[in-house]
Amino acid sequence: MKLILIFLSASLVNNFVFTYFLGICPFVGMSKRVETAISMGMATTFVMTLTGGITWLIETYILNYFGVPYLRYVAFIIVIASLVQFVEMYIRKTSPNLYKTLGIFLPLITTNCAVLGLALFAILRDYNFIESLAYGFGAGVGFTIAITIMAGIREELRFSDVPKAMQGPAITLMVAGLLALAFMGFSGFLTI
Amino acid sequence: MELKDDLKRGLWDQNPIFRLLIGLCPTLAVTNSVINGLSMGLATFFVLVSSSTIISIIKKWIPAQVRLASYVVIIATFVTMADMFLAGNFPVISKALGPYVPLIVVNCLVLGRAETFASKNTVPNAVADAVGMGLGFTWALVLLGVIREIMGSGSLFSIQLLGNWFQPWLIMVLPAGAFFTLSIVLGLINHFSGKKGEAKHQH
Repeated sequence: MKLILIFLSASLVNNFVFTYFLGICPFVGMSKRVETAISMGMATTFVMTLTGGITWLIETYILNYFGVPYLRYVAFIIVIASLVQFVEMYIRKTSPNLYKTLGIFLPLITTNCAVLGLALFAILRDYNFIESLAYGFGAGVGFTIAITIMAGIREELRFSDVPKAMQGPAITLMVAGLLALAFMGFSGFLTI
Repeated sequence: MELKDDLKRGLWDQNPIFRLLIGLCPTLAVTNSVINGLSMGLATFFVLVSSSTIISIIKKWIPAQVRLASYVVIIATFVTMADMFLAGNFPVISKALGPYVPLIVVNCLVLGRAETFASKNTVPNAVADAVGMGLGFTWALVLLGVIREIMGSGSLFSIQLLGNWFQPWLIMVLPAGAFFTLSIVLGLINHFSGKKGEAKHQH
């Protein structure tokens, strides 16, 4: 039950993009077309789920064991970077088609602050291993939902008459603000 | 002369937030009050200037294949220092900023300047560029913080400015308000700087 709550909380109620402002760069940069948005979301979900689990292992069995919590940021970012690299090599080997679709997005995930943010939030909340995995998966799904909705709106937006000064990033952020308002409807839906 | 150009670039022409639109996550997240925005700006300023300095000093000895990993480790070291300094000396601010201080590690602004500027230029130029960019980032955060704090709480630096007649716009301190504020500020900048500004937005 708690796992479901964590999942729903991370994906909807405390959506990473709309409440924590994590992953804004790919959210703005990759949301021009729905298909790329979905691919990006899925790749990110995959990495986030793994990150949730692996950073928990590192924190518990290496950093705490040796009593070096101040190495946390250095350790996490190295883990995430190598994880992304590993995932990229694995996908290239096993599924060339998927690799072609995700290809260019994979390396970008390293600098997606939602991934590092997820690891830090999971530690902050004292989640155990399984909970961290659920949290990572939920956060990834939430990111996918957010970026897909955004891409859908932006595809329609191309046909609308946007004031000159608001074209480009300005209108994108405005839409994101409206979406954030909509996602506020989920607050109070459940507490964790 | 060139040093002055490097310094000035980040303040307006290539302001990281209003012009280049990088480093947006902390920009939106911590500008619900001026003091948070200012602390975040200064923390980023410190990390940016220190890491750019170090990277431009040792750029000759970093092999090209592992340069990004090396930059990230250097940046993470300074971020850890900034985080511990805040936690030790300003526990309240450190708590308010929460995980956004460690997240400076993945701030595209810091890594971006390391990769595009500090690794290709001399030490004085890299320092000038980092100082300019850091100040540009800080003033943008402070501006957004001022707007959101006045409208959202009717105060500035936690000092009540507006009287009881003012009904605070709660939305401005909530996440949605962050998007709206930045969007409108960007729109205004585009409007007043005309076509020149719009061309630069596309990156």
